[in-house]
Amino acid sequence: MSGNTERDPMLEMYIFESNQLLEQLEQVILSSEKSIVSEESINEIFRIMHTIKGNSAMMLFNNIATLAHALEDLFDFLRQGEFKDVDSEKLIDRVFSVVDFIKGELFKIEDEKEADADPEVLMQHIKEYLLDLKENNTEGETNHEKKQSNYPEKQQYYISSSKSSGNKIEKHIQDICINYKAVIYFEEACQMENMRAYTVVRSINEIAMNVQFIPADILENDKSSEVIKKEGFTLLFKTDVSEEALDKIFQNTVFLKEYELMRLPNECDIYTYKPKLEILLEDSSLELQEVNTKCNDFNSSASSKMTKQSSINVKVNKLDMLMDLVGELVISEAMVTQNPELQGLNLDNFNKAARQLHKITNDLQDVVMSIRMVPLSLTFQKMNRLVRDMSKKINKEVELKIIGEETEVDKNIIENISDPLMHLIRNAMDHGIESSEKRVQNHKPKKGKIILQAKNSGGDVLIIVKDDGQGLSKEKIINKAFEKGLIDKEPKEMTDKEIYSLIFLPGFSTNEEITEYSGRGVGMDVVTKNIERIKGKISVDSIAGQGTTITIKIPLTLAIIEGMIISVGGSTYTIPIVSIRESFRPKEEEIIVDLQGNEMILIRGQSYPIVRIHERYHVNTKIKKISEGILIMVECDEGSICIFADTLLGEQQVVVKPLPKYVNASKSLSGCTLLGDGSISLILDVAGLIYEYKQKGRDDE
Amino acid sequence: MTKDIEDIVRMEDLESEEDTQRGKFLIFSLGEGEYGIEIKYVIEIIRIQEITPIPDTLEYIKGVINLRGKIIPVMDVRHRFKKEERVYDDRTCIVVIEVKEVFIGLIVDRVVEVASIADTDIALPPKINKNTENKYIKGIGKSEEKIKLLLDCAKLLGDDEINMIQELT
Repeated sequence: MSGNTERDPMLEMYIFESNQLLEQLEQVILSSEKSIVSEESINEIFRIMHTIKGNSAMMLFNNIATLAHALEDLFDFLRQGEFKDVDSEKLIDRVFSVVDFIKGELFKIEDEKEADADPEVLMQHIKEYLLDLKENNTEGETNHEKKQSNYPEKQQYYISSSKSSGNKIEKHIQDICINYKAVIYFEEACQMENMRAYTVVRSINEIAMNVQFIPADILENDKSSEVIKKEGFTLLFKTDVSEEALDKIFQNTVFLKEYELMRLPNECDIYTYKPKLEILLEDSSLELQEVNTKCNDFNSSASSKMTKQSSINVKVNKLDMLMDLVGELVISEAMVTQNPELQGLNLDNFNKAARQLHKITNDLQDVVMSIRMVPLSLTFQKMNRLVRDMSKKINKEVELKIIGEETEVDKNIIENISDPLMHLIRNAMDHGIESSEKRVQNHKPKKGKIILQAKNSGGDVLIIVKDDGQGLSKEKIINKAFEKGLIDKEPKEMTDKEIYSLIFLPGFSTNEEITEYSGRGVGMDVVTKNIERIKGKISVDSIAGQGTTITIKIPLTLAIIEGMIISVGGSTYTIPIVSIRESFRPKEEEIIVDLQGNEMILIRGQSYPIVRIHERYHVNTKIKKISEGILIMVECDEGSICIFADTLLGEQQVVVKPLPKYVNASKSLSGCTLLGDGSISLILDVAGLIYEYKQKGRDDE
Repeated sequence: MTKDIEDIVRMEDLESEEDTQRGKFLIFSLGEGEYGIEIKYVIEIIRIQEITPIPDTLEYIKGVINLRGKIIPVMDVRHRFKKEERVYDDRTCIVVIEVKEVFIGLIVDRVVEVASIADTDIALPPKINKNTENKYIKGIGKSEEKIKLLLDCAKLLGDDEINMIQELT
């Protein structure tokens, strides 16, 4: 993708926009799939197709344009008739196939290849479908006709461009300018005359005022291309640009056959059209608005009703920079407010100001974080499509239930989570859910169910894929693992969870059959790798006959965390606040020592192991007696332990920095951070510490 | 056209930069011995500062330092060469080098000078047995009648380790 930078910005814009539109389109369809296609979504799809068609024609991607055109026709028909009993299944299939086609072509364009696939077959399908509809629905037909008969009237209205406001200064300029009339003829068989005409309008708009054209409805009425074919495309405009320059512009028009340019006397034709413009405004102001948005700048996302919000696109690396800067700011703030030179001074006002500063930096941080956060909904919605397609192909009835799609995660995570999720859902459908007959035999509802859930849990996001299928077979897994030499323990000694976890090992795939969707030999280990890349963890649980649950745990990529700073000897460590449950000063007699010399403490009837940081990390400290230091109880999913430290230094927001890879640090450290005085504090990874402790316990045995 | 020219100019810039750096070595000392590393690897030289130890890492990695917000590991070169350690004093320096996009600080007794050593003055190291020190030596340079052992930075960090890191990234 290195060539991207060199790409024509227009093309860049086109690709970006088309992709966005397609995504929008998919969303519309999927939301409507469960119910009957609503009028609103028909309009929406029509609009999207229309924009894609227009853009593609302008960029000369004719295959996309013609296909979009065909689909647009279909929806235009639907939108004008009143259909109650449209077979939405079939309709949506058509739309999806078009979406896939366009996506494929866009991909090619992005790869700087020729977009050359032939849309003929798809077009044929759509046309047949449209014919079917027309025949079956004569009522709709007449309706359609009626609407059509409106068009000739409309063609007499003229839309002036946004530049023709009645501004005084502009009036003055207008006086210097000359009125022109141009009639353009396109080459025969160039197709989409109306779109080509629109391109001309756009370029003229840049240099002229009061641009008007006949026929005026080139954007919304495709029949206008017929008119252009026969009578040419007439432009009326006012400009101070020389005729030579105009000539150049017209000559640059694609597929231009010939054109005529003539001067008009001032204050003639153009203004006489004005009153009619007003009629149009009264007539259907909405339509004008729509056209205007397209004229201004073909920012088509604005034309969608459902997701109307103003937004800009920002490069991710800019956000990263911003994030880094905010991180530095947090450190600097601590450097100022906790400056050792301030100690012992009476600083009421300073402290007040410092608190205010702290509040602002906090808010700033939240905002910066939230910029990077994206809801999972789009990724989840994609799965709907997958389930839909697959359930048809493999003939299993499956329902996908989505919970918590509004959960937000960092942008990086979104990019990396999509493939693993798809893989998991494919697996669930292919291997997990049984065939309908089998389900009925086992007294299960005929329709299988997959639940895709996201939720926040502490500093992590959990994504859960749960199916109500046959569950994992322990025997099969063990046999397979032996066969592939992936197992080095007696199966009897393994817990269920350990056995299930074998499926994540590289080279493990239990399905003998290879289907289109899964079982290509690349199994769950790819998923695991993807998840590990974003510092996530994956685990599996299963109940035979009742289903499988796969849980993915991803950190919220909190680059800034609330930390408790503790000191041990001369070193300081940071524990994420979210994992701390309590801290207390223990008494000597509360400590229990087991036969291996492991210390533990009994709190409210439960015993917790004690991990002494100074022993674990070989730090010299004077405080070794348990009653002189402090115990901090930390917990994670795997359990709880008590950390023994010299003393607590205080709570602080810290910026997580990764440790240099070269030092190859232990798993019990998740990174490091800079404290206010510039010194480095290591951040403890609670889950890592607990895991380590458990491993150690096992080794002792 | 202009772009081509720009490219050429840039290339020349790079070349001239390399030219000025060629044959120059940063000379530092560990006890009696003097060692040199190619100047192109050197980012900067800083005075010894507080080092935060990292548990469970390679033993010659003393820990990490904060270099203007950047976290950089530091290696005790004495330790790396299996010489006895000595207490850091105010002449002790950290030479920050960059090898294959890995930043690392080298703790050395003192920095002596930047010396030019012509290629002709550099002899290949004797091929005796593979004792630890020899492994890191690229050549033996003579300047001002003193022998300087020229170190291979990549090997100093440990080839395997760098490869491992690159795989990770």
